[in-house]
Amino acid sequence: MAMNPRRKKRLLWVVGMVAGVAAALSVILYALSQNIDLFYTPSEVVEGKGKDAVKPTVGQRLRIGGMVVEGSVQRDPKTLEVSFRVTDTGPEVTILYTGILPDLFREGQGIVAQGVMVEPTVMNATEVLAKHDEEYMPPELAEQMKGIKHVNPNQPKAFEGGE
Amino acid sequence: MWRWLHPYAKPEVVYHLLGRWLPWVAGAAALILGGGLVWGILFAPADYQQGDSYRIIFIHVPAAMFSMSVYVGLAITALIGRVWQLKMADWALAAIAPVGAVFTFIALFTGAVWGKPMWGTWWEWDARLTSQLILLFLYIGVLALYHAFSDNRTGAKAAGILALVGVINIPIIRYSVEWWNTLHQGATLTVFERPPMANSMLFPLLTCILGFAFLAAALIFHRMRNEILRQELHRPWVKAELGETSKQTEAV
Repeated sequence: MAMNPRRKKRLLWVVGMVAGVAAALSVILYALSQNIDLFYTPSEVVEGKGKDAVKPTVGQRLRIGGMVVEGSVQRDPKTLEVSFRVTDTGPEVTILYTGILPDLFREGQGIVAQGVMVEPTVMNATEVLAKHDEEYMPPELAEQMKGIKHVNPNQPKAFEGGE
Repeated sequence: MWRWLHPYAKPEVVYHLLGRWLPWVAGAAALILGGGLVWGILFAPADYQQGDSYRIIFIHVPAAMFSMSVYVGLAITALIGRVWQLKMADWALAAIAPVGAVFTFIALFTGAVWGKPMWGTWWEWDARLTSQLILLFLYIGVLALYHAFSDNRTGAKAAGILALVGVINIPIIRYSVEWWNTLHQGATLTVFERPPMANSMLFPLLTCILGFAFLAAALIFHRMRNEILRQELHRPWVKAELGETSKQTEAV
């Protein structure tokens, strides 16, 4: 079916406009891609981020996201002080935090901590958020499949303080 | 094709056609969504990590999915309105945009309510959350432009162009969790892979998604009928229609 030339012109105009804006936006997003990332991974903190291998400097404010290393969580029995290490593929970064951790925080869990680097691989965090993955299953199945037995959903949760 | 479609380009015909479909679509929405929510919230098992808190997924995920699907529909409507200049495609912008805006708001709101206990924060400026917020602003912008001009056709043209350009945001939302590292987790439901979700949770979720599809259709049909009446208010058929309806109401 031949298209009416005026319609064809309008269609080309619209397609051109959308393609133009898409191209401009993708260039911007590409240029900003490192800034859009919410956090540094521990590898990026240790080895540097991107082509230029930019390492965060001591005193810099940033977010670090990674898995809490098994057995690394140390709590001060008298205060809310806690320290733990996070990792992704190898290098580890130590996080120091004082405050209440989210319910999902546990060893092996993904977290995002925001704070200030006090040493090249130590961060003093002001906020710790828990990430969770896209898997959903009942506890019995999780126990069967993964040997995970760390949460009983029926167990009353500890009191969660306000901020 | 045009000969076959031509009678459907009359507002009066579309009004009656949508009116015939509306009770069925709305009934299906109530039944399926109601069933899915009861199934998900009362009968599905609790999650191994999140306990009962995850149950908000039965509203959050369908609302988020259709906030994007409805936008794609809006952009296609805008394309038809711009290229073929059908006036009813213009009117459909006003019928579709508020439905998508409300779905977007529901997705953002339930996400915040879910994020507070699980992540530890209501809001984080990560790529997924931010691009979804931009989607809400796009919907509001389309609506504002549509109603900003005293000449309806100018308003529809401006709104249509924004709707078309804004469609670029849809793949950004979809792939934000893959392109950048975000607080939001990756997608559970994908087209080609088996979702990492137990069937006892997956089936009620899919039911809710189907229910939301019917809900979106029902709301859009209803709003489209209203928009047709509003635009054609001075036409004899509308007067006859409204007169008839009020007589029926009196009889009841």
